[in-house]
Amino acid sequence: MGKRVGMEVAIASAEAAALCKFDVASVYPITPQSHVAEHLSDIVADGRVDASFITVESEHSALSSAMGASATGARVVTATSSQGLLFMSEVMPITSAMRLPIVMIIANRAVSGPINIWNDHSDIMPMRDTGWISFFADNGQEVVDMVIQAFKVGEDRRVMLPVNVNMDGFQLTHVVEPIIMPDQEEVDKFLPPYEPFATLHPDKVVSMGTLGMPEFFTEAQKSKNVALVNSKKVILEVWKEWEKQFGRKYEPIQSYRTEDAEIALLTMGSMGETAEIAIDELRKQGVKVGLLKIKLWRPFPFDELKKAVKGIKVLAVTDRACSFGGPGGPVFSEIRSALYDVPKRPKIVNFIIGLGGRDVPMEGFMEMVQKAAKGKLSEPYEFYGVRG
Amino acid sequence: MNTAMQNPKSIESFELYAPKLATKEEFFVGGHRACQGCGEALAIRLMCKALGKDTVITNATGCMEVISSVYPTTAWNLPWIHVAFPNSASVGSGVEAGLTALRRKGKIADRRIKSVAIGGDGGTMDIGFQALSGAMERGHDMLYVCFDNEAYMNTGIQRSSGTPFLAATTTAPAGKVVPGNQVWKKNLPEIMVAHNVPYVATACQSYPIDFMNKVKKARQVKGPSYIHCFVTCPTGWRSPSETCIKLGRLALETGIFPLYEVEDGKYRMTVEVPEKRRPVQEYLKGQGRFRHLTPDQIQVIQERVDIEWDMLMIKVQNSKSRAELRAKRAK
Repeated sequence: MGKRVGMEVAIASAEAAALCKFDVASVYPITPQSHVAEHLSDIVADGRVDASFITVESEHSALSSAMGASATGARVVTATSSQGLLFMSEVMPITSAMRLPIVMIIANRAVSGPINIWNDHSDIMPMRDTGWISFFADNGQEVVDMVIQAFKVGEDRRVMLPVNVNMDGFQLTHVVEPIIMPDQEEVDKFLPPYEPFATLHPDKVVSMGTLGMPEFFTEAQKSKNVALVNSKKVILEVWKEWEKQFGRKYEPIQSYRTEDAEIALLTMGSMGETAEIAIDELRKQGVKVGLLKIKLWRPFPFDELKKAVKGIKVLAVTDRACSFGGPGGPVFSEIRSALYDVPKRPKIVNFIIGLGGRDVPMEGFMEMVQKAAKGKLSEPYEFYGVRG
Repeated sequence: MNTAMQNPKSIESFELYAPKLATKEEFFVGGHRACQGCGEALAIRLMCKALGKDTVITNATGCMEVISSVYPTTAWNLPWIHVAFPNSASVGSGVEAGLTALRRKGKIADRRIKSVAIGGDGGTMDIGFQALSGAMERGHDMLYVCFDNEAYMNTGIQRSSGTPFLAATTTAPAGKVVPGNQVWKKNLPEIMVAHNVPYVATACQSYPIDFMNKVKKARQVKGPSYIHCFVTCPTGWRSPSETCIKLGRLALETGIFPLYEVEDGKYRMTVEVPEKRRPVQEYLKGQGRFRHLTPDQIQVIQERVDIEWDMLMIKVQNSKSRAELRAKRAK
């Protein structure tokens, strides 16, 4: 049986990777991921996991080394944040194209400039199209669970894709939370040893990462897309299995008090918990309001979204990043596009919130609901709480 | 009719003597798309022969990945991976870390497999420089081989930090005001020596046995090793394909690219250079990239080559290995 502990979430994420008995960790330190890097190296240095820890000289090399190790058949974990993730971005689409099931723990942080070490989602959003499976955690428990699930999903022969687990920098990484830490026996039962499809070994010679001419490139891209789309079935299967074994339920979109809701907020990451309190407060006042929380960003859960918005008249999408000069936040434009063909779709408004660590208190979400109630904002999207 | 055909037992008989020097087994096979007279493709073939079967190759983006891995074909008979341009050293260090961990944990057979990363001068000396420095500094059990043909040949002969002084490239053209590349070639082998890498060597496709011996030696090193292999590029150098080997020899005989090794800090020349070195002009004149040079400019190059040679000789004559210095202290 797992044990309920009080643990800093960054450390807990590294502990979760340790429960998965990784073979190689390749990590470059960056705030607010640094406790993950430090704790992974502690775990290796203390011999708690028999693994190689590569103290790379950059994030570009962190993911590159992770790929080299993964290609030999090793179970590999890496972690990063913000500029580090952007520095990795050259390698990310190659990781998914080569179908290497690396797990990356991301402590989400604003992208410079101005330089800012605090939380938002402007680092992961530009990585949306790199072909990785993308999980978003609400709290420390979800971080731990999702790291373990990520190995199982990514390494499934029907999937063979890299997975990133997103946890909000500081808001989650540096917070001590009550977490039920699964024990080794439970994780061993849940997660089988990694059986790679092809490896770099002289006993069976392969060439990996060959040149794709125009005659083959489109097919390679489509096959990556099909793999991503098809991975959802496995993710749902793994989450069912998790629920059965550990009793905690995971869904691509988690609905909170939406049964008779006319208005709904939509969040990703740790702000979902603050939003829940706002919903409770508004419910007390008689407002028919609920909350949708996206846990699975890629592959995007189209069917689940359509089901979740049934009966909702106004959907207020919150974004922790902006697509500059575009249609609003990236989550907003995805949601609007996903619901375009739904005949009875809600009116959708967009608030860009909590950039670079700007706090959004419960009252903020209550105000957003009130503003959204009309189904239209005074501008196409609003930088919530902005001065001037 | 050549000597070998007249007398099958002569020194020139490939069938008789070559198998003693190099395996007949091919790990980098024919049918690839390299240009005629490509020194790099030849050097890679030799390198693979010297490395043998228990090797994993990581290839930086460049001519070699393009000519050897057009899907669904491959010229590689060794496990091979290509990821991107700047990260061959870091991918190779991951390969080493992965193989080491899996071997230790009993997940793969218990035998040493050498991780070997390769790249061109651009992928090694410029964009891959940081990754190379990191991999060498971390002490991975891996060999890095830079195949230096002195410009970005794959993208169309643009200058790199390996391009020699005054050579014409497409981004350092021989213009009316500026005559080609304006700076001297970066001395990467020396920078690798400064990383305290146990084994550093220079090599050239024109000296196959010397190159293969160095590869074998580097393979034995438990830890990082670095070989800087000078390779002819007829396309980029504007030189006839059939002068591939000749140009490599002239680079040595003029002192432009000396062949040496640095073992545990001690310098040693591995291929003798005639006491009276050939004038650099003999090397420069056969190449279109130096066609624009004036006698004065050639003189400037000659002086620099002479000085660099003298500096290298000072190291060859005076350097001591760390082991020698340790022994001296013990006395």
